[in-house]
Amino acid sequence: MQSKTNILSLPVEEFVHPGTRACSGCGLAIAYRVGLKALGKDTILIVPPSCLTVLQGLFPVASTKLPCLNVTFASTAAAATGIIASLKTQSKEHITVAAWAGDGGTADIGLQALSGAAERGDNFIYFCYDNEGYMNTGAQRSGTTPIGALTANTPFKGKLQQKKDVPAIMAAHNLSYVAACSAAYPLDLYDKIKNCLHLPGTKYFHIHIPCPPGWGYDTRYGIKIGRLAVESGYYDLYEIVEGRIRLTAASEKLMEKRKLVPVREYFRAQSRFRILSDEQIADIQKQIDKKWEGYYKQVE
Amino acid sequence: MQIIENGNTAAALGVRLCRPQVIAAYPITPQTPVTERLSEFVEEGTLKAEYIPVESEHSAMAVCIAASSAGSRVFTATSANGLLYMHEQIQWAAGARLPIVMCVVNRAVGAPWNIWNDQQDSISQRDIGWIQIYCADHQQIIDTVIKAYWLAEKVSVPIMVCYDGYILSHTFMPFDLPQQKQVDTFLPPFRPEYALNPDEPANLNTVTLPDVRVDVRGELAHGYMEIRYLLQKDTRLALQEAAQAEKRFTEIFGRGGDPYIEPYLCDDAEYVAVGLGSITYQLRVCVDALRKEGIKVGVMGVRYYRPFPDKVIAEALKNKKAVIVFEKALSYGYEGALASDLKSALYEYLAGTGALPVIQNYIVGIGGREIHTADLTKALKAATRSKVSPEPVWIGLKL
Repeated sequence: MQSKTNILSLPVEEFVHPGTRACSGCGLAIAYRVGLKALGKDTILIVPPSCLTVLQGLFPVASTKLPCLNVTFASTAAAATGIIASLKTQSKEHITVAAWAGDGGTADIGLQALSGAAERGDNFIYFCYDNEGYMNTGAQRSGTTPIGALTANTPFKGKLQQKKDVPAIMAAHNLSYVAACSAAYPLDLYDKIKNCLHLPGTKYFHIHIPCPPGWGYDTRYGIKIGRLAVESGYYDLYEIVEGRIRLTAASEKLMEKRKLVPVREYFRAQSRFRILSDEQIADIQKQIDKKWEGYYKQVE
Repeated sequence: MQIIENGNTAAALGVRLCRPQVIAAYPITPQTPVTERLSEFVEEGTLKAEYIPVESEHSAMAVCIAASSAGSRVFTATSANGLLYMHEQIQWAAGARLPIVMCVVNRAVGAPWNIWNDQQDSISQRDIGWIQIYCADHQQIIDTVIKAYWLAEKVSVPIMVCYDGYILSHTFMPFDLPQQKQVDTFLPPFRPEYALNPDEPANLNTVTLPDVRVDVRGELAHGYMEIRYLLQKDTRLALQEAAQAEKRFTEIFGRGGDPYIEPYLCDDAEYVAVGLGSITYQLRVCVDALRKEGIKVGVMGVRYYRPFPDKVIAEALKNKKAVIVFEKALSYGYEGALASDLKSALYEYLAGTGALPVIQNYIVGIGGREIHTADLTKALKAATRSKVSPEPVWIGLKL
């Protein structure tokens, strides 16, 4: 990591107008605001239908000050390819192309186009903001909904399957940069964007996004819950540069402290996990401990 | 310059002459040679464009939509299930008012799998806000591609240039290859009103409400319904602009005619066969044979299917005894879509005038079933003798 931005050194210029249509307490509003600061003015955005479509407002009003192409659900990354190709023919390759899609738009319906663009090595940054479900349509399960979460279409038993590991799938495309971030650590997100802007080909960002209505918590606790996910070692902040993974920010600190917050605290703070039994939580805790023992061993 | 080439190459040569900046395509038979030729042109440097070998037709149209929104002239081509896979995207392209030109090399759709020619693919995309032009030979393919770019960019409506798979795409014919200088005179560079640009940010295709809404400057902006009305209005306007395109084309290239329909021996005909694409030239052979028998018959190719040149068609078919519609597609559960559209146009202009012809619908060549000229002649002759069947009649069916 080349720089550590703090709240005072963060650029003052805003690219998201205040008063967006995001829900109160929305994690995306934080990540998007800070993410666009890092991307800067010379950027063209691509957005498929998602919470972000709502956040950006209804025609003819827009809350984003950057040019944005709204595209169909499955076509985000292919649309990025089209803009890149067009800019190339106009010798405007200094413009950054950035796609922002939700987890359903990435892990499920958009995965083919994303894999295609990554395989072609098209030069853009793809952001998956992962609120772990189809929150814009009323909180149905997605490929990245974690096991045990109640959703609108896993109403009583919760999701029975594991969360799809999209950053690992993208890393398997041999990208120049893959990052896992969280809305609860916006400066980590900012630094990672800045650090990868000059890298070639497709860059992939996965951002954990606490979601008050979808996850079931009071709006003021979003940052706290996002941090609990990281501090418990349940969701890790990292970057993969040229195939090498490195933990960052709070996850990096956990390597030093070697003391994880019990994941139970993360689960019990959200109503979507209310059916998880103590045994299930203990089982997940074991998996987390095992994962972190692996991290410790790598260092040793 | 006269050359002998296949229909797909005619299309590719036409596209190159139009200087597209971004081409995206996914392979599907019988479209593949068009895009293969274009990839050759790009790699050998005779066409300065970005060629994107995408991972699906859905993405091919996504690339076209995005590149066009960023200010580039774009091209793609497809067939059959590839076109169906694009369905969502082509509606998006029309709604976004992007002047995309796409060749549809007509092929039957699955299931069951069938790679041969009929026109169910493009006919099933009739109602989506694209202009559809059908070609009957290679000269029409190359000329239509060039005219299509001019027209699409004039009215901001995307265009499908449709031609029959194999019958046109893979057969060789002589045709005139226009000169680059002529095409450059005919077709100015693409300059859209707005292209995505950080210096002038805009949020395109965002959620638009059922009713009109005031913008930040206090001016009333369109609602969804106004935006969609304008798509209809400008697609209809394309009929007038097509005449303008034809006039300019004729002046520069020295050939042209009626842009909407292609009549053959129709003036004194009592009976007129109507169709889309290559079958109309095959029907000329039938017409010649029946004329020798003293039957006053003609054939009319419909070139513009959407926007439908209803008035021109009604005028051309006024006072005919019967119109016999040969179609390689149908609207399942009713009849051939062209037959229905003809009935509608004739009723609108001729009902109550005593000049309204009856209409016989034939379904032919589905899934590449061999279309024997003798069968067409027989069917055409039968339609001049007997009462019209209310149900479409399938030619060559072996049940």
